[in-house]
Amino acid sequence: MPQCGFSARVVQALQSEGVDFASVNVLDYPQIREGVKKFSQWPTIPQLYINGEFIGGCDIILSMHESGELGNALSEEKVEDGTQ
Amino acid sequence: KIFKKILLTMMMIQKTFVGSIIRNFNKPQKNLLLATMMQSSSTFPVANSIESKLKNQLDPIHLEVLNESHMHNVPKNSETHFKVIVVSDVFNTVKMPLQRHRKVNEILKDELDGPVHALSIIAKSPSQWKTMQDKGIEIAKSPNCKGGDGSLPPR
Repeated sequence: MPQCGFSARVVQALQSEGVDFASVNVLDYPQIREGVKKFSQWPTIPQLYINGEFIGGCDIILSMHESGELGNALSEEKVEDGTQ
Repeated sequence: KIFKKILLTMMMIQKTFVGSIIRNFNKPQKNLLLATMMQSSSTFPVANSIESKLKNQLDPIHLEVLNESHMHNVPKNSETHFKVIVVSDVFNTVKMPLQRHRKVNEILKDELDGPVHALSIIAKSPSQWKTMQDKGIEIAKSPNCKGGDGSLPPR
């Protein structure tokens, strides 16, 4: 489980959606930690990507999870995310 | 009319009463008062900066800037983790959560490039906020800290 509470919540949401996902512990990779922020133009971690598209951080993911939007977005796609 | 007059008179008396007390302070007392007044805004400069930027640029009808650093593995009185609740007419036109968050991130760019490590954003339009209030929907608490890697505060 991630060492960050926000990342842990995103991981829990993905697990409860029952999808396979890949993740990167950016605490182990400082270049990725900074690089991913530049890539998405988003200042914080966790960051969820679905099929290469940046979806959002913890607030957005949890809100989408509650509304069912996350399930819809995941249902046919392969998922990758960066967490810490 | 008479009520207004009485109210105004009471306010005037209060003003001069407090004023006369402060005028009678000796130098050390005046310095202490000044220091206390300054401290409350300089003790938490990041929170103040966040509040004033969001006020100026989003003219919110409701704004809460919550320092959540105490919930995390950082020194006391840190200003590293915040939650902001912003309710603004700007969000009548900026509707998607991602775009709303990007807007707030942009406004707080310097803070996020600097001391702020985490920013939870609740961004609603006035009508959405009203609906939440009417339904008694509460803002979810931020997740508990998992300890991190002990590297904070950064920079």
